[in-house]
Amino acid sequence: MSVKVLYFASLKDKVLKGEDSLELPEDVTTVEDLINYLSENDKALKAAFEEMPRLRFAVNQEMAKESTKIKDGDEVAFFPPVTGG
Amino acid sequence: MEKENRYSRHVLLKEFDAHTQEKISASKVLIIGAGGLGSPASLYLASSGVGRITIADGDTVDLTNLQRQVIHNMSRIGMNKATSAKASLEAMNSEIDIRAFTHRPSLEELEELIADHDVVLDCTDNTASRYPISELCRRHKKPLVTAGAVAFDGQITVFDYRDPDSACYACLFPNHDGADEKASTKGVFAPLVGTLGCMQASEALKIIGGFGKPLTGELLMVDARSWSWWHMKYSRSEDCPCCAKEK
Repeated sequence: MSVKVLYFASLKDKVLKGEDSLELPEDVTTVEDLINYLSENDKALKAAFEEMPRLRFAVNQEMAKESTKIKDGDEVAFFPPVTGG
Repeated sequence: MEKENRYSRHVLLKEFDAHTQEKISASKVLIIGAGGLGSPASLYLASSGVGRITIADGDTVDLTNLQRQVIHNMSRIGMNKATSAKASLEAMNSEIDIRAFTHRPSLEELEELIADHDVVLDCTDNTASRYPISELCRRHKKPLVTAGAVAFDGQITVFDYRDPDSACYACLFPNHDGADEKASTKGVFAPLVGTLGCMQASEALKIIGGFGKPLTGELLMVDARSWSWWHMKYSRSEDCPCCAKEK
């Protein structure tokens, strides 16, 4: 299955990209699976996931949980809170 | 008559009915933080005729603030930010009641301030302040407009706590340990934080006036490098430690 992954705010700076189009193996079916898959395949993302405990995620522009299912064509976004002012 | 002239370009809007400006004039808005967000937010709420504006900030004006905190100026360096903001707002509009809260409020003082206003703008610059502000707004059923900006990235959303089923700040961003990213270390693009402050003012006016569609249950994110906007819908989290207490 293919998904579009978006990275926002300081996460984008850490991984040096704003988005990815990924072909995922069949056993990746949830957001949690995707996080694990990205962590295994991308050192910068692995470090970012570890360093940013407040990171949140959305599937198709709706807030998601680790257990949220993902399917072919979905857009998954990762973003931290931005709290400066 | 002066009042009619002053607000005529708002009153001309077809979204404004005869009572919209009266609602704005009768409203009380609390702005927490007189920095990069609070500067434009308070200026636009004062220019729009919000009846009472209380602006709270315990810090003093510093030269490094003036790049983006446009309510202050050179002559105010060393002055309390809320005092400086009040002076600028009074110069803009002497028909409204402007109050300065000049030290960092304790939790009890914060609760009193929130209870005594109709809408709250979180214009603070750190994560730690955001949870108690949200929780106290929720307790007192006060709509909260919250925004943040660091570097070229910004966020804004509205929690309308008049709705008992509203999500809260901790539903959106559960409270985990982690360092804040601040303008003092990462920098912040001045027009970005200004844009978000203006948007906070717009959301407050929409809530008070009952027109348009505030960003309730919707997180808007922006990257000012390209002005690309992205939004996401959210609702109350079943796992939220704040909201779960209610059940």
